[in-house]
Amino acid sequence: MGIDSLVGGTIWDEYSNKVTDLMNNPQNMGEITEEEAKAMGARLIVADFGAESCGDAVRLYWAVDPETDRILLSKFKSFGCGTAIASSDTMAELCKGKTVDEAVKITNIDVEKAMRDEPDTPAVPPQKMHCSVMAYDVIKKAAAQYKGVDIDSFEQEVIVCECARVTLSTLKEVIRLNELTTVEQITDYTKAGAFCKSCIKPGGHEEKDVYLVDLLEEYEKEKMAAGATLGNEGATADFAKMTIVQRIKAVDKVVDENIRQMLVMDGGDMEILDIKENGVNFDIYIRYLGACSGCASSSTGTLFAIENILKEKLDENIRVLPI
Amino acid sequence: MKVYLDNNATTIVDPQVFAEMEPYFVQKYGNPNSLHIFASDTHPGIKAGMERIYAGINSPREDSVIITSCATESNNWVLKSIYFDQILTGKKNHIIVSEVEHPSVIATARFLENMGCKVTYLPINSEGLIEAQSVEESITDKTALVSVMWANNETGAIFPVEEIGAICKKHNVPFHTDAVQAIGKIPVDVQSFNVDYLTFSAHKFHGPKGVGALYMKKGKELMPLLHGGSQMGGYRSGTLNVPGIVGMGKAMEQAIDALDYEMSEIRKMRDHFEDELLKIEDTFVVTPREKRTPNTILISFRGIEGESMLWDLSRAGIGASTGSACASEDLEANSVMEAIGAAEDLAHTAIRFSLSRYTTQDELDYTLKVVKAAVIRLRGISSSYAYAPAGHESGLDAHHH
Repeated sequence: MGIDSLVGGTIWDEYSNKVTDLMNNPQNMGEITEEEAKAMGARLIVADFGAESCGDAVRLYWAVDPETDRILLSKFKSFGCGTAIASSDTMAELCKGKTVDEAVKITNIDVEKAMRDEPDTPAVPPQKMHCSVMAYDVIKKAAAQYKGVDIDSFEQEVIVCECARVTLSTLKEVIRLNELTTVEQITDYTKAGAFCKSCIKPGGHEEKDVYLVDLLEEYEKEKMAAGATLGNEGATADFAKMTIVQRIKAVDKVVDENIRQMLVMDGGDMEILDIKENGVNFDIYIRYLGACSGCASSSTGTLFAIENILKEKLDENIRVLPI
Repeated sequence: MKVYLDNNATTIVDPQVFAEMEPYFVQKYGNPNSLHIFASDTHPGIKAGMERIYAGINSPREDSVIITSCATESNNWVLKSIYFDQILTGKKNHIIVSEVEHPSVIATARFLENMGCKVTYLPINSEGLIEAQSVEESITDKTALVSVMWANNETGAIFPVEEIGAICKKHNVPFHTDAVQAIGKIPVDVQSFNVDYLTFSAHKFHGPKGVGALYMKKGKELMPLLHGGSQMGGYRSGTLNVPGIVGMGKAMEQAIDALDYEMSEIRKMRDHFEDELLKIEDTFVVTPREKRTPNTILISFRGIEGESMLWDLSRAGIGASTGSACASEDLEANSVMEAIGAAEDLAHTAIRFSLSRYTTQDELDYTLKVVKAAVIRLRGISSSYAYAPAGHESGLDAHHH
């Protein structure tokens, strides 16, 4: 609480000027017709997301050059509040000139950041972040349509908090590593639950498969189970006894479940090149991909995090060596 | 031009009400409970205020009208007191409320549910009305209270309080009605129906904010929520809000005087305004006019999310309201629209215009122009409107012109 929470204004007071301007005069509002797309030599994609019954619905139009996969023109229509209209407009703007593969990487967070007046001041109040989520989902839907694939293929991870785009594996990891016990702590660490709050517990604006309270409960149970089997050092012995193929698989699994998302969030990734026994140590050679390859912390903080997770999950004697 | 059409939320304090209150801030500021001249100075004001309040609802002198801080407090008090007195002690275990009560009743009922109380939430029909019969069907020998509002804040629907009161009397169940939206709009007389408890609030009829009241019939007393200095007969401790009582009294007197104007002139202006709004294609109104308070319109504009409409109205200086979705923190649809069973695509489209005796024809003409322009602009942006089939089944009366 505190005075700022006690003396609230209207939610509109917290909109950035950009949001206000776009709500009053959306720049990319409208439709693209089949004829217009043809005239550009482009393929028309029309994707709908959301429903009026939920209070928000958006329709995205793309004219895509089939030769280059580039979005030549992008327009929208929206049933929604000011934030929904402004976010949809910004999303349509961000799509323009990008390839479909590039566009699919635009998230609701990018959309919200693009609507900020000041880099550090949110464009909309927390509960309105939800209204920008649709902008992300409709892009995926349009891209799936264009590529003729399932929309889920763009989302390898289960997203628990859509507003802050925090995945299930990240949440589990953060809760476990930091021994979190409250929703407030999760929010402090990850921003999950800070916005529309639907992901905290059942009964919010949207129904979820997994809630933050479930994860805390699960961790609590895990801790109790671990307490019951304390002293059973199975993991180390197992890893040492594994064949090289089994070891690679085990490392892969840990990377997939516990590490990759952390890197992907920053636009990076990693791959495992080799595992070698070196005395008592197991040296895992990795290669950073994407943003991680040039990142300063890839030889410090990120590396230690990866190594610690692998040590904890598999064997104390693991060392990670980036190439 | 600035136009205020959100009078079901609150009203302007009438200048005459304010003038009567003013001396009680800086000249007659004594604590009424003290034993000196400064206290005595306040007593005539309190007495006059209370007399006017009693007269306003035609309360017999032997019944009690307790001044509270707001209608929310009054509503909480009734339900919680019944809980302490009847439910916690094991005498009864059940209360009945409607699905569309004000949050101060619904949220309190939910709280009591968590404390072990059984709650029946009565549904409303497609006209937004409670059917009295549903009350009778829900009453059991364990029912400790029926709480149904007199008029709904969103739609203006006037509930069958007379019939519900009679049913409660027949079954010997206490009856509480939240009359916040009724006073000053339609006649409210606690003696004409069986009403045991009745809630109201000054700021809904041109009185000050922060002054509510609870009427209690003699013999239907409640346990106090606030204990302490025994003010208000021990029912509600805390130093009396003297200017508030003076203001509520004056406002009540004026509201009663203006009731004919409200029932005839305001109704006419409302009806005309509504006729004009309904000329816009694909607009829907919930409760039939004759079953509504004379000042209220809850109207849906298909394809336009409520907050967007409020945004455009607000830019043009017009204050209206939407109980729906994005305008509120919980992002939920308008609860009344949902309870009515309106088509899902309309649940987020409702706008409430509520007039007062200060509303002028010029203001309504201006508002109409702004609404028409907003409808064109927002339907132009709307992803759903263009392809919504005309005359699409809505569960509400469609008006096409």
